Amino acid sequence: MVKILKAGFYSTLQDLGRLGFRDKGVPISGVMDEVSATRANLLLENEAGATLMEMTMTGPTLQFESHTYICISGADMLPSINGKAITNYRVIKVAKNDVLTFGKLQNGFRSYLAVKGGFGTEKVLGSQSQYFPVTLAQCLKEGDEIPYKETSNFAPAITELKTEAHFEPGLLKVNKGPEYELLDDGQLASIFSKSFTISKQNNRMAYQLGETIKGHDHSMLTSGTLPGTVQLTPSGRIIILMKDGQTTGGYPRIFQLSKESICILAQKKSRDIVSFELLK
Amino acid sequence: MKSYPVNIKPYGEYAILLEWPNEVAEDILCDILDFMEHFRTISGTEWEMVPAYNSLMMVSQGDVLDFDRSKQLINDSLFTRATSRIKRENHLWHIPVCYDAEFGIDLEEVAEHLNISVNTLIEQHTAHQYLVYGIGFLPGFMYLGGLPSSLEIPRRAEPRLHVAKGSVGLAGKQTGIYPQESPGGWNIIGNCPISLFNPKKEEPCLVNVGDKVQFHSIPRAEYDLHKIEAEVGIYKPKRILLHGQDT
Repeated sequence: MVKILKAGFYSTLQDLGRLGFRDKGVPISGVMDEVSATRANLLLENEAGATLMEMTMTGPTLQFESHTYICISGADMLPSINGKAITNYRVIKVAKNDVLTFGKLQNGFRSYLAVKGGFGTEKVLGSQSQYFPVTLAQCLKEGDEIPYKETSNFAPAITELKTEAHFEPGLLKVNKGPEYELLDDGQLASIFSKSFTISKQNNRMAYQLGETIKGHDHSMLTSGTLPGTVQLTPSGRIIILMKDGQTTGGYPRIFQLSKESICILAQKKSRDIVSFELLK
Repeated sequence: MKSYPVNIKPYGEYAILLEWPNEVAEDILCDILDFMEHFRTISGTEWEMVPAYNSLMMVSQGDVLDFDRSKQLINDSLFTRATSRIKRENHLWHIPVCYDAEFGIDLEEVAEHLNISVNTLIEQHTAHQYLVYGIGFLPGFMYLGGLPSSLEIPRRAEPRLHVAKGSVGLAGKQTGIYPQESPGGWNIIGNCPISLFNPKKEEPCLVNVGDKVQFHSIPRAEYDLHKIEAEVGIYKPKRILLHGQDT
């Protein structure tokens, strides 16, 4: 078990998502930044979809109740074990009663904690990803205990990954969305020539951008949406759906982010800057 | 059974959107669902498909899509859908609703606005079968069509921060049930004691797109009973098999 002594700003357990229930309105959930999460699991030689902890902005304080190996990836939150600094993208041995803490956010927004073998919570509808009301709790809280299997001996093939943060700068590559043709020359010019600020309205469901562009009066029937779908509201606001985003929506879908760009956006926080580039 | 023209659009690296004519019509939804069943027999579980009103979103579970190749596959399947002998199974669900003022917090206001009595409102709301055009917005939230125009009322000017789980509402041409507590701007006229979405079940949502729903009015005592039955998992909502439409 790992015991949560402090929850941090917003920490959840996530795997690669809950597939197969979109037609019942269930968002896929899963890690926001798949690139970072997969790297941590890879170093621990876990399955790519092993469940890890996604930590947002401010990390939790955790105590391990048995020996294991961990790897932290994504945003750098200055992690340390028993007060001694450790680094991201490195396999670290932890012993019984070791305490993992985090400091000030250095870059990005979401950090991942992988444990050897993955966290062993119950699957609901085929996934361990936390999403209320599919799972009982929306996020982790103080006092929670999360199971994992004890590992005393593990000799990793690679102990450390030299990696550049894949999420800087904030260039989002997009494909045309189903309602792309709705955009006039003026709107296209505004979107592709300007940069946009991430607003305070950003979470696992969606990211809203601060600046607006010219709106529209197109009304459409509700239709399917995906993580990475860029919607334009009638008032000209840009909303980008993320992993916990609704499965259908009624706003024009002007773009669809590339899979990598979803990971980039997942590492952005309020006041960060992003811009768009159309893929050919 | 009518076969409509279908527009096939790319939707990012992993999805394709199929669009039928831009109308809310039972025949269009049936054509979409028939195609879905037909395509599923060809492709298995390779694709996740989300139908809603006049569209079908198809999401690949595998690698990045080759749009032209997928389009060809879909087109072939659209061409042969009329000859498919697959029978879709859809049901009519009888859903209990308690219209007591305790739950129907906007009932009197709505009746006044529509210039009918509360009893007439309940009679009209329970007299029709509503077609499930889509499930989305929240897990288990049904987009129901077929509301009589006499019950059309704009959504509330100020949305509420908390609408109770099970609340039955009216807004524009729509009626529906909130499957969980959430913010919302619909006019609330009653409450449904049974859960339409239960993640503990292998099939978490009983109702499918293409099913129909008819409400019936129940007194408070029956509401309490169904609520307990639903909580312990012994409530079985009444359903009737609808006959698949032949060509």
